Amino acid sequence: MQHLWLIPVLPLAGFFINGLLGRRLPKAAINAVACGSVLVSFAWVLKTLSALGSLETAHAESYFTWIESGALRIGADLAVDRLSAVMLLVVTGIGFLIHVYATGYMSHEGGYYRFFAFLNLFMFFMLTLVLASNYLLMFVGWEGVGLCSYLLIGFYFRKHSASTAANKAFIVNRIGDFGFTLALFLMFVKFGSLDFARVFDAAGKLPAEVSAGWLTAICLLLMVGAAGKSAQVPLYVWLPDAMEGPTPVSALIHAATMVTAGVYMVARSAALFLKAPVAMEVVALVGLATAVMAATIGLAQRDIKKVFAYSTVSQLGYMFLALGVGAFASGIFHVVTHAFFKALLFLGAGSVIHALGGEQDLAQMGGLRKKIPITFATLLCAAVAIAGIPPFSGFHSKDEILLAAHHHAPWMYWVGVITAAMTAFYVFRAIFLAFFGEPRGHHHPHESPPSMWIPLAALAALSLGGGYFHVSRYLELMFGPGEAEHPASLVVISVAAGAAGIALAWLMYVVRPGLADSIAQSAGVLHRLVFNKYYVDEIYHAVIVRPTIAISRELLWRFFDAGVIDGMVNGVGTRARGIGGVLRLAQSGQIRSYAAWVVIGAVFLLYTLAMSGDGQ
Amino acid sequence: MTAHVPLSWYLMLSAVLFALGVAGFLFRRSVITVFMSIELMLNAVNLSFVAFSYQWRQTDGHIFTFFVMVVAAAEAAVGLAIILTVYRNRSTLQIDEVDSMRN
Repeated sequence: MQHLWLIPVLPLAGFFINGLLGRRLPKAAINAVACGSVLVSFAWVLKTLSALGSLETAHAESYFTWIESGALRIGADLAVDRLSAVMLLVVTGIGFLIHVYATGYMSHEGGYYRFFAFLNLFMFFMLTLVLASNYLLMFVGWEGVGLCSYLLIGFYFRKHSASTAANKAFIVNRIGDFGFTLALFLMFVKFGSLDFARVFDAAGKLPAEVSAGWLTAICLLLMVGAAGKSAQVPLYVWLPDAMEGPTPVSALIHAATMVTAGVYMVARSAALFLKAPVAMEVVALVGLATAVMAATIGLAQRDIKKVFAYSTVSQLGYMFLALGVGAFASGIFHVVTHAFFKALLFLGAGSVIHALGGEQDLAQMGGLRKKIPITFATLLCAAVAIAGIPPFSGFHSKDEILLAAHHHAPWMYWVGVITAAMTAFYVFRAIFLAFFGEPRGHHHPHESPPSMWIPLAALAALSLGGGYFHVSRYLELMFGPGEAEHPASLVVISVAAGAAGIALAWLMYVVRPGLADSIAQSAGVLHRLVFNKYYVDEIYHAVIVRPTIAISRELLWRFFDAGVIDGMVNGVGTRARGIGGVLRLAQSGQIRSYAAWVVIGAVFLLYTLAMSGDGQ
Repeated sequence: MTAHVPLSWYLMLSAVLFALGVAGFLFRRSVITVFMSIELMLNAVNLSFVAFSYQWRQTDGHIFTFFVMVVAAAEAAVGLAIILTVYRNRSTLQIDEVDSMRN
């Protein structure tokens, strides 16, 4: 026994301490509990992994039977294999850095203890999700992180936009979870179990032609769930709005960990997906569409966090592209490197926002390079990493994905390369707008405290060097070897695309600052389309939200609820009253009349008895 | 030996007493009289119990009679208390005037 349960339970303990007692604790104690519990959890992960060695087979622990009903048996079972080991390190490691950062970032905010309690609760559910060794326990974590996401997006609940963004995230995720639950039901019907090992074993033994239909259905439903959680087309709309939450939340939940849960889930279900080529193709296409669409929207956003949010959506699309073309290991590798540089981008953006006293509009920034040099340097590290410049981390994982895509279908590679160029462009656009040129706002920026820039520096080191962790080689044992051939020309093209994106951004926002506006004007319709995010929110509002409200109001409320249900209840009440109104006339209130009734009744009874007695 | 009184005589007496009780209950207006009528009915029934008991040489009837007496005593206590309270609250013992439960 390695006591795997300690890994999620430690942050849970932190949640209870801070959640129940936090109001009375000093800030130092809240910090110690929140960061300490995650740090101990991280240390326990390290200790467990070193004790388990090379992890060639999964290490499973079962604690008790959670649900037993007929053929269904769900245990509280945790397991760690190479895939979950990678995820555990990312979640606890990055999670710890972001907790430390948050102690600085949130220091002036109200509800301090509440924030850290929710953050710890999130860690508990995320670690449960990763460690679970059956789908239902995974679903517990899955729903739990959704709940924490909701609570933290709506952290500033007095702000109307924050609470509606929280609702939006929760409701859109329900659509995805609906698909996930259907997949679980189908899986239980077909395999009779929800344990990973037994499901994959049963799936592996099935002949391909027998299983294709409903296995594809299971995989597509799982993909619906993943698309909700990981913000893929068409369910990505909640993630950009989720930026209403505090920036550490955006970094931890909506960039590094929770949104990659869908990628993890699909990679975990690789044994099923490999048997369903149609579903794989859908995953790849959805990923690619998301990557391109989100990247184009990112080109024209003015809010620095929105730029990075669309970047996250786009990068998640890359990961699904990798999964769809069968490069599961590369997809997880990109999860890891993305966790480094995207967490850093968000934390850096948070540092900028903190320095400017809450300003998020790129148009109000500018010239910050000298004022907040540490933030600038670290953000630059993240930017070169995400742009795919060798030898930094993003290059390694993105390169593997693009090569795998080329192997699958060359056109996917080219679309991916164009997306990579756009990625480099919009990230550097944000950097140049914020840090170069003349100061445009009326702020007095100040560098962030050490509790904020130390995590930034740590993440910067990881962003630069994280490509050498060889995650995909580590995972080869589970997913098979990647593509052996490495045509140098493809690598050169993708790097050149990234470099071209950076150069274009430099030209448009530093060398000739007026150029961007004139291009935007000449491309009028196109720019408006992209700036307004393709009007997807408006379309959803018109096509789905308003008809739903109209049907709910007119049919369900006015007709069914008020008419049918209330009508039935009121009808029963009115009838009872009418009958009672007639019956009460018999109540004269005079004892003698009651007595007379008794006598009449007795006489009648005696008479009938006497009559029937005649027959004997 | 002793003169043998047939069972039917007892029963007839009991029926007459019971009918008197019912008539008193139905037609008298004073609460006290109504109450006494109830006692009369109870004792009419007691008489038939005892008569049957004597006829069949069994003690069940006696036991029932004792029970009825005990209940009647308790009832007298509670009933008189109710009558007192009614009089205090309404200053009347006319049963027709106590009809607040009407309709």
